[in-house]
Amino acid sequence: MTDATSQGGSRPNARPTTSLTAVGSRTKKRNASEKRFRAYGLAAIGTGLFFLVVLLSAIVSNGSSAFMQTFIEVPVYLDPAKLDKNGNRDPEDIAKVSTFGYSPLIQNAVFEQVQDKGIATEYDDAGDMKALISASAAAQLRDRVIANPDLIGETVDFQILASSRVDGYLKGRVSRDSITQDKNIDAGHLDLVDALREDGTVHKSFNFAFITGADASESRPEQAGLGVSMLGSFFMMLVVLFLALPIGVAASIYLEEFAPQNKFTDFIEVNISNLAAVPSIVFGILGLAAFIQFAHLPQSAPLVGGLTLTLMTLPTIVISTRASLKAVPPSIRDAALGVGASKMQSVFHHVLPLAMPGILTGTIIGLAQALGETAPLLLIGMVGYIATNYPDGVISGFLSPNSAMPAQIYEWAKRADPAYYERAWGGIIILLVFLLVMNVIAIILRRKFERRW
Amino acid sequence: MYDAPLRKTDVEANEIKISAKDVQVYYGDNHAIKDVSVELQDKTVTAFIGPSGCGKSTFLRCLNRMNDTIDICRVEGLISLDGEDIYDKRVDPVQLRAKVGMVFQKANPFPKSIYDNVAYGPRIHGLAKNKAELDEIVEKALRRGAIWDEVKDRLHAPGTGLSGGQQQRLCIARAVATEPEVLLMDEPCSALDPIATAQVEELIDELRTKYSVVIVTHSMQQAARVSQKTAFFHLGNLVEYGETSQIFTNPVDSRTESYITGRIG
Repeated sequence: MTDATSQGGSRPNARPTTSLTAVGSRTKKRNASEKRFRAYGLAAIGTGLFFLVVLLSAIVSNGSSAFMQTFIEVPVYLDPAKLDKNGNRDPEDIAKVSTFGYSPLIQNAVFEQVQDKGIATEYDDAGDMKALISASAAAQLRDRVIANPDLIGETVDFQILASSRVDGYLKGRVSRDSITQDKNIDAGHLDLVDALREDGTVHKSFNFAFITGADASESRPEQAGLGVSMLGSFFMMLVVLFLALPIGVAASIYLEEFAPQNKFTDFIEVNISNLAAVPSIVFGILGLAAFIQFAHLPQSAPLVGGLTLTLMTLPTIVISTRASLKAVPPSIRDAALGVGASKMQSVFHHVLPLAMPGILTGTIIGLAQALGETAPLLLIGMVGYIATNYPDGVISGFLSPNSAMPAQIYEWAKRADPAYYERAWGGIIILLVFLLVMNVIAIILRRKFERRW
Repeated sequence: MYDAPLRKTDVEANEIKISAKDVQVYYGDNHAIKDVSVELQDKTVTAFIGPSGCGKSTFLRCLNRMNDTIDICRVEGLISLDGEDIYDKRVDPVQLRAKVGMVFQKANPFPKSIYDNVAYGPRIHGLAKNKAELDEIVEKALRRGAIWDEVKDRLHAPGTGLSGGQQQRLCIARAVATEPEVLLMDEPCSALDPIATAQVEELIDELRTKYSVVIVTHSMQQAARVSQKTAFFHLGNLVEYGETSQIFTNPVDSRTESYITGRIG
């Protein structure tokens, strides 16, 4: 009807014809807002990257020195008169000699090396060398002699662990100014270290003991390593994997495929989502109450830690598993049911294999989260435990007290000696490497199992 | 000799395979199928036609209890296969679906090899004693699905790698591999081009010699081409059911006439 009038040629509300090359004001506004939005996005990503670089460079610059350690390499004469007074090489007699028997031998060896090299020094007594040597060196030498009693009477080349002050001096942490109040070491010792360093007696080398070793007492940071707590974390992850994966996957399959849709299952669903957001310390106190106080499981044990972390990881696994089950197209279920498969056959033969990459990714992300978790361990006594001994076997690996990697790092960061600060950063590097490896495994698994339909 | 086979088909065509009586289907409060009574014959292609949402797919899915998977769906009335009530409490829907196979609107091969797609049904029903027997079943099904020549050299290639028409024929082969007695097809050609459609229609015509086929279709030409009987559904009611030729040339109900002439739907 209105067409008739407008066909006359003069449309009252017709748009003015403009060239396509002339940009209208609305278009200009639209383009400007798009440009602004892109700028915001770039700025956000840039900020994120900047902080990532800051974080990584801080971690690497602070922590990498933990992987190097200072050693003093000298020949040590294993005096039979001191180590085996009866002269019969009886292992029991040798074991009776404590580290106090070995300390003088090491001090003498270092002192002799100083005199042999003709280094001028104010010290005239072997006992003065004590400041250079780690308190753990004697124990290491003793272990070596007990393992091989035939060494007694011989002169062996020995890598003596240097004291943490000497180590700090070589790494730039300790200087002549910083030790003016220090009772453990004098400026003269540092002069001696300078001289010994020049001829190669004192040197830095890669510190395997930091990765494989046990924790040490507060006064021996040079000896402390992450190995034992790494084992603690390993046993905890075993518990988490073998409990959280089957329970989580079974629960999700039931909820997603079999459970009727009613108020009760809705309630469960809401609560699983809520559980995923519960602070981890809440799971810690739950673990304390349920596993230690009620079930009387041993304190500080990786088994308890693993059970507690299982509680924490379950919601993550359930949520990701349900999401990946949901993502499997319903046509696959119809197809299986249509040829006469039962519900369970359709789930296990067709749906689950297709959901596998998602389930595995979710599980590994959950494990990685559990691996880095500290707060729940605080409450079940895995923080503060000095992890100085390796577990004797698999059972004691689960049941005897241990620490975990993040708990160990927290413990080191708390200690007074600045040498431990460097260890804490080094521990963070190892932890991040583990997390990185787990994430890479997750990506590889996802790529490998991913199928299109 | 000239008319003997013809007569034989006629006799068999009169046998009732599936009988539905006063079937009501509810989705929650929604009354989707109202008072449908129909008798489907053996060795016959029956087409369900009707506008979208008229309930023809819903009714089709009642015939092998695929609606059981939908929580809110409720079926009342009597549906029997060879005189046995399929909604009887003692009936295991899994056994029923082995007898009443289904082909879906969208080709849905499993993301497995062509061989495994077809062998899956026989495997779970234990139809083959050994590998040789299974090979035979798979070949027979693929031949019956009119796809054997195209895939015989790549039986272990993924079924999802085939073209759309090939996938649908693979799904038909998969459905016939379990030796069903009835084959339900829910718009099997809606996603196919005319050439693939023609192949599938030809196949349906061949399947009629062994099975009772029920096909839901939006294409009236297709219904006219492949079916002997046609049922017209409208708003959940079965409006008219009869010989295809009669429905398309001389419909009794005015709604059927409006629909096939394109005035409603």
